[in-house]
Amino acid sequence: MLEVTALDKTYPGGDHALRAVSFTVEGNDPVFVIGPSGAGKSTLLRCINRLVEPDRGSVRLDGEEITALEGAALRAARRKMGMIFQEFNLVERLTVMENVLSGRLGYVTLWRAWRRRFPPEDVEAAFATLARVGLEGFEGKRADELSGGQRQRVGIARALVQRPKILLVDEPTSSLDPRTSESVLRLIVDLAAEDRIPALVNIHDVPLARAFARRILGLREGAIVYDGPVEGLTDEALARIYGGAVLGEDAR
Amino acid sequence: MGPVAWAAVAAFLLWNAVSLQVDAARVARGWARLSLIAAGAFPPDFARAGLLASGMLESIEIATLSTVFGVLLGLPVAALAARNVVPLSVYAGGRAAITLGRTFHELIVAILFVKAVGFGPLAGILTLTVNSVGFFAKLLAEQIETIDRGQIEAVRATGASRGAVLLYGVLPQVLPRFVGLTIYQWDIHLRQSTIIGIVGAGGIGATLYNAFSRYDYDFALAILLVIVAIVLVGEAVSALARRWVQ
Repeated sequence: MLEVTALDKTYPGGDHALRAVSFTVEGNDPVFVIGPSGAGKSTLLRCINRLVEPDRGSVRLDGEEITALEGAALRAARRKMGMIFQEFNLVERLTVMENVLSGRLGYVTLWRAWRRRFPPEDVEAAFATLARVGLEGFEGKRADELSGGQRQRVGIARALVQRPKILLVDEPTSSLDPRTSESVLRLIVDLAAEDRIPALVNIHDVPLARAFARRILGLREGAIVYDGPVEGLTDEALARIYGGAVLGEDAR
Repeated sequence: MGPVAWAAVAAFLLWNAVSLQVDAARVARGWARLSLIAAGAFPPDFARAGLLASGMLESIEIATLSTVFGVLLGLPVAALAARNVVPLSVYAGGRAAITLGRTFHELIVAILFVKAVGFGPLAGILTLTVNSVGFFAKLLAEQIETIDRGQIEAVRATGASRGAVLLYGVLPQVLPRFVGLTIYQWDIHLRQSTIIGIVGAGGIGATLYNAFSRYDYDFALAILLVIVAIVLVGEAVSALARRWVQ
């Protein structure tokens, strides 16, 4: 269970990215976060795994207070949160297998990591996960040889091989064409369900969110302005999220 | 600029010329002496090939060893001088080390090390190793600063330690540049190793200096020709190797 309470973040430049954001993710259903660009969606995910330091507020994962952690304890907490990125963020010059195994870096010693000697069960898990994302036989390819959709599948495998308690998914389809977007999102939702973990998915594509979500969080200027089932996402609610009567380009 | 400023600049230049005794007659006499040296240098004398070869070999050894040590020293310094890897306080220290390495010409550093460890190639190796920090570490730090942060962020997000982030997030992104810079550094050291012998830091430079002081201009020319040849070969090897890496 993820509990976010009164999370607040202002960047050094003065951008007030998050304003007292509170919500809880219970159970294993995915939660989709929508909102215009600059609404603070990415900051929200990164404050949860502390890639960005929140100024105030609390983040609890299965009861553990994440904001209080430092050093090794923080890294151990990050292992429980698998992150998937908009630009895939694969290490381009490494192979698919090395990229997937990097999801196990939090579990192995530096010496093993250096020699690429991951425990056999990690390697087995990596092969199995590659098969789950439909990339069997791709392990020896270099990441920069892959198409966008394939790269994101490697990104998904890297996150899953961590055996996380939750997936943090940041605009997973923004760099993909519409058809690939749908299959990648489908894969994320299905695999999270199989592993019985929730996913917190940032997405700016409202129709795509409608197609996959049961619960929606609407973020506007750093504050939650909608939190409810996808059925409640009326034009009025969308106007609250995207501002004004005219829907922004993002909401189409 | 106003007329006063122009006058000030003119006065400054004139004062420089007078105080440094820039004298046309002396230039003319020097020209005559230069042609004497040139006449004495032809044909180049390769009779002392053994001396020449051992000096040149020592230079190559100095260049190679100092590149190895320089890279070993420059690697951590580069990481410490990359703003996106370390906190600001550490970065300031790393930058200071690089600036220090760049401040003095290698001949000045060589004089210091000759005083410290005595005549010979050891002083040369130490000199060029220090010199590496200013060049190799600086350019590598700049490469580290331009890498894709997203890849590092992704490795951090897995719960990887700082060392593992360096290994998986940073190293793959800088490795080609690292290899290229190492070869380039060797090429530069090869050139520098031919000159530092003049202040006693080993290598062919010492042989050259001795040839000049004994008026063996023909031997000096032979040495110069060999230096040119070796530097050209080094440059060609370096260019080929760097192209192969990229």
